[in-house]
Amino acid sequence: MSMPGDEASRREKVLGAVRARLGRGSGASGRESVEERLQGQPRHLIPGRSQQDRARLKALFAAQLRAGNATVVEAASEADVPRAVAAYLRGQNLPLALRSGDDGWLASFDWSREPALTLARGRADPADAVGLTHAVAGIAETGTLMLASGPGNPVTVTFLPETSIVVLRADDLVGPYESAFDRIRERYGRGTMPRTLNLVSGPSRTADVGGRLVTGAHGPRRLCVVIVG
Amino acid sequence: MDVTAHAFKSNVKAALKDAQLQRALAGLPTGLVAQRAAAKARLPEFEALRDVGRDIKNHTIANLDHYLEAWERKAVATGAKVHWAPTAVDAREIISGICRAANARLVTKGKSMVSEEIGLNAHLEKAGLEVVETDLGEYLVQIRHETPSHIIAPAIHLTEAQIEADFRRHHTHLPKDRPLDEPVKIVSEAREILREKFITADVGITGANFLVAETGSSIIVTNEGNGDLTQSLARVHVVITSIDKVVPTLEDVSTLLRLLARSATGQEFSVYTTFSTGPRRAEDPDGPDEYHVVVLDNGRSALLGSPFQEVLRCIRCGACMNHCPVYGAVGGHAYGWVYPGPIGAVLNPALIGLGEASDLPNASTFCGRCESVCPMKIPLPGLMREWRTREFASGGGGRMARAALGIWSFAARRPRLYHRLARLAVAGLGAIGRSRGSFRALPFTGGWTRNRDLAAPQGRTFQQLWAESKRGLPR
Repeated sequence: MSMPGDEASRREKVLGAVRARLGRGSGASGRESVEERLQGQPRHLIPGRSQQDRARLKALFAAQLRAGNATVVEAASEADVPRAVAAYLRGQNLPLALRSGDDGWLASFDWSREPALTLARGRADPADAVGLTHAVAGIAETGTLMLASGPGNPVTVTFLPETSIVVLRADDLVGPYESAFDRIRERYGRGTMPRTLNLVSGPSRTADVGGRLVTGAHGPRRLCVVIVG
Repeated sequence: MDVTAHAFKSNVKAALKDAQLQRALAGLPTGLVAQRAAAKARLPEFEALRDVGRDIKNHTIANLDHYLEAWERKAVATGAKVHWAPTAVDAREIISGICRAANARLVTKGKSMVSEEIGLNAHLEKAGLEVVETDLGEYLVQIRHETPSHIIAPAIHLTEAQIEADFRRHHTHLPKDRPLDEPVKIVSEAREILREKFITADVGITGANFLVAETGSSIIVTNEGNGDLTQSLARVHVVITSIDKVVPTLEDVSTLLRLLARSATGQEFSVYTTFSTGPRRAEDPDGPDEYHVVVLDNGRSALLGSPFQEVLRCIRCGACMNHCPVYGAVGGHAYGWVYPGPIGAVLNPALIGLGEASDLPNASTFCGRCESVCPMKIPLPGLMREWRTREFASGGGGRMARAALGIWSFAARRPRLYHRLARLAVAGLGAIGRSRGSFRALPFTGGWTRNRDLAAPQGRTFQQLWAESKRGLPR
C-alpha cells in the first residue's frame, strides 16, 4: 500500500500540472465564479417536450417506457396497487413472491387483499424473483424512473431480481431531469446524494451479440411500472 | 495494452482482407448510424444542445483545477477515498494496492476505457487476482484474449457465429449440444455465468462517464446493469477515471446526458444512469464498504493551453468512429491502441507520442463527418491536420511524401506558377483521358487506381471555369 506522502505528492503533481498549463498565478483566479456557478446551478436549454401539461407528460412518460420494452399499468388509488401487482405477475406467469425494502409508503398498502402474494423485506438475495421499489420521481422526457438507494429501497432490490416492479405516485411525475434533481435536493439537502441514485429507463438490454438488441442482460429482464393516482 | 499503432499500414491491409471483420462492420450504417439519426430527428433541440454541451465543457476545462478540487472536497466529505494518478503506472499501483489491502481474490469489472489505457487487467492478473469483465462485449473480448475494437461496442468486430464458437470453446462445463443459435441464448448463458462472479467478487471496478463537482458523485451509463451489480455487490468499489470527466452541476450533467445516449446508440436515454456518492451509509442494507476514485492524468493536463485542449471535451460516445469511412473499412484494432477512429487519431498521438501514432492522423480523407456528428463539436479533422503539420515540422512523413509536399508547397506559394502548372497538367490529362472519362492506371497514383478508376479532368481548371463564369455573368 502506498504511503500517505506518496498520495500527497501525486495529488500535487496532477493538480500542479493542471494549474501550470492553465497559467494560474499565485492568486486563485476564477475560483469565485466557479463557486457561484456551483451554488447557482444555472439551468440550460430544456427540451419543449418536457414542458407540457400533466396529462401530456403522463402520456409521454408511459409511451417512452413502453418503447423501451417496459410495461406500464395504472392504479386508480393506493388501495388498487396490490391487485395491479398480482395481476401483472399472474399475466406473466411469474411467482407471486415480492422482495422490497422497508419503504413506508409501499408497506402502507393493504397487501392482505391479495393473500397469494408474499412479501419479504430487506436487501435482495440472488434467489429473489421479483423486486418491488418506490421511485422518487418519474421523468417524462425519456420515460425514466429515479430510484434512491437506502433502507427503503436497497439497490440490490433494484438490480438482482429477474423482474422489477416500480411503483410511482402520479404526483411525482416531472418533465425534465432537472426537476427530478430538484426533488433530490429538497429531500437530501443541496449537494447531498444517497449512496446510489439510479435512473432507470427499461429492462436491462444489450446489443453486443452481432448488434442485435436482446432484452434481459445482467439486470432485470422485465420492468413493470405502476403509476398510482 | 500492447501498442501496434506504428504498424497501422500493415494492420489495415490485414483488416481489409479479413472477411469475418468485414461482415461484422457491414452492420454499422444501418445500426448505430441510422439509430442516431432517428434519435436526433425526434429531438428538435438536439443541435442547439450540442452548442450548450460544448460551452459547458469549455467552461469546465478552463477552470479544471477549481472543479477538480471542488469535486474532491465533496467526495471526501461523503467518505470517498480519492487517489490522484499522474501516470498509468501510478494508477495501476494504486488499484493493486487497494485490492491487496482488501485481501481480494476475485475482481469484477464494468466497462472502462481508462482501465484499458492503463493496462489494468494484465497488471492485476500478474498480482495473482482473477479479473472478470462483466459487460458482455468486454467479456467476449476477454475470453478471446483480444482488446475492445470500439469504445462503446467492444465486440463490434465479431459475428454471431464467432461468438457462438467462443462460448462453446470457453464454457466447457456446459452440454456440448446446447442450442446457442440466437443472441438471446448467448446472452442468457453469459448472465448465468457472470451472476456467480458478481456475487462472490471482493472488489468491483467501474469507470466513470462523469464526475459531478456539486455532489462529489461519479456516474456510470450502461444498458446491461452489469456496472451496477459490479459496484453494489462487492465489498470495495473502485472507480478508475480521468481528470477530463468532471462537470460542475446536476444541470450540466442533464444536458450532457441528453447528448450522450443519442449520439452513442441512438437511444433516448441509456437504460441505467447511476450516480454513486461515497460508500454505503450506516443505515444502508447493501452497497460497498469502501468507495475509491482513482483520477488519472496520463498526458491529459499537457493538452491544456494547446490546440488539442478541445479534445478534452470528448464524452466518449463513439459517434465519430461510427460515422468514419476509414473506421468502417478497417475496424478498431487496426488503429493499434485503446482509442480507435477519429478521436483516437487525435488523442493517441497525444497520449502515446506522435512517433508511435503518426499514421493515425493521416488515416483520414477529411470528409468531416466526425466533426459534424460530434456532440461536443470537437474539430477532429482540424486537429488531425495539426498533427500532420507537427509531423512534417519534426521531419517525419517519409522521404517520398516529404519531397512531394516540398514541391507542392513551393508551387502553392507562387500562385502564377501554380496556375500555369495546373493548367498544363489538367489540359494534358484531359486530352488523354477525356474520351474514356477515367484512368485505370497512371504514374504515382497506384495507391488509388489499384482499387478504383481515377476520374479524368475535363481539360480546364477550376480557376479557368471560375473566371469564365464570372465573365459570362451579368453584373
